[in-house]
Amino acid sequence: MEYDKIKMTEKEYSEYVEGKAKKSPLFKNIAFAFVTGGFICIIGQIISNICISYDIEAKDASTISVVSLIFLGAFLTSINLYSKIGKYAGAGSVIPITGFSNSIVAPAIEYKSEGYILGLGSNMFKIAGPVLVYSIFSSFIVGFIYWLILLVK
Amino acid sequence: MKIGKQTIKLQNTPKILETSSAVGPKEGSGPLGIYFDIKCSDVFYGEKTFEKAETMFMKSAIDNLLYKLNLKDDKIDYIFAGDLLNQCIATGYCMRELQIPFFGLYGACSTFVESLILSSLFVNSGYGDKVIAAASSHYCSAERQFRLPLEHGNQKSPTAQYTVTGCGAALVVPHSFGKKVPSVTYVTPGRIIDMGIKDMSNMGAAMAPAAFDTIITHLKDTERTPEYYDAIITGDLGKEGTDILIDLCRDYGVDISKVHRDCGKEIFNLNDRDVNAGGSGCGCIATVFSSFFYQELKEKRLNKILLVATGALMSPISIGQGESIPSIAHAIAIENEV
Repeated sequence: MEYDKIKMTEKEYSEYVEGKAKKSPLFKNIAFAFVTGGFICIIGQIISNICISYDIEAKDASTISVVSLIFLGAFLTSINLYSKIGKYAGAGSVIPITGFSNSIVAPAIEYKSEGYILGLGSNMFKIAGPVLVYSIFSSFIVGFIYWLILLVK
Repeated sequence: MKIGKQTIKLQNTPKILETSSAVGPKEGSGPLGIYFDIKCSDVFYGEKTFEKAETMFMKSAIDNLLYKLNLKDDKIDYIFAGDLLNQCIATGYCMRELQIPFFGLYGACSTFVESLILSSLFVNSGYGDKVIAAASSHYCSAERQFRLPLEHGNQKSPTAQYTVTGCGAALVVPHSFGKKVPSVTYVTPGRIIDMGIKDMSNMGAAMAPAAFDTIITHLKDTERTPEYYDAIITGDLGKEGTDILIDLCRDYGVDISKVHRDCGKEIFNLNDRDVNAGGSGCGCIATVFSSFFYQELKEKRLNKILLVATGALMSPISIGQGESIPSIAHAIAIENEV
């Protein structure tokens, strides 16, 4: 008898696996993400409104609400709650600024065991690093285009 | 003696005298919880890091094995062991505490059967009388190395698997030891099969073709049918991988659906959201065989089993560079004398 036997090419196999693999429950995930993301934004808005009611300028009020959300994200990460929220909320808790804070605090906690400099320090931005690199780079590009437009005018 | 294409017949049929297992909290409270020897409710095992904790899981499984047999570590001839971490540190640091000549192995999730095969061959050819095979994995240390930090709030794919925290160990002795325990009759080391799967969160699909290849080769080399075995047990294919394996075999004209079992599907409650497609890691088949299946063999509820451990031999570096996942499966036939 013959030994070489999987009668599929790699392409056929990957199509077959694609059909076999259990799909993520798309509608449920989107609904959870929408509600959680919205809820985080409402908290931010409440903080900002409270600040304004205490006669703080709108610009400062939004800074205060951003800083508070960053703290909230870090705090929930440190008590092992943010990862549990993320399991259900997905993008709803990754995209807001609390998720950004989570992505910095999570590696910081984990790499502390390798020391404060080469562990925590060098790995803290492991997930957030690419976000920072490309957001700063794209803001530079946009700024350059803006400058060109002003020059032509 | 080599028979057929890849299989070795062990003429002196070495015996598996005793096994031992140590697991973490999730495994201990799972469906097979009552079968494990040591259940630790703390994933840190009282240590400061997950890597040290994994070392402790392995140490306690081996200590327990020696305790069960009333042996000292210097009475053991050799040990074959490995884990999932870079440079196999969990095993290396565990062996620092034991005075046993040591061979470190890396076969990803196939490590346990790889060590069991090599131990059996050592005993079969008379190089040792007491050889230990062991393998361990730890959810937290594996997540750190292969995926994202634990506290990061992300969503896993339904095809993803959950690494088993624990270690299984088995002692192989010559046939002349007399006691009525299961013996090793055939081993079939696998070859690498890569069907081009690149998705690290669908390892079942990457490994199923390797399991298929080794099982079919084994059956052909030994001229056996699937029905010869009471169970053909794979390590950690999970839900998707199991379906694919059964499909591949059926397309080939061999029906293994009646005898096939998967440790990854049995160790956890699959309704748990964290678990997704099932358990994985070399600790999966190591702990499940060393507890549940070994007991089933000893109590003669199962008499002939084929243990097939599958491994996905990639790393985050190779995946980052766009490589597909090379997979392997090793098989070992363990039978009771009738």
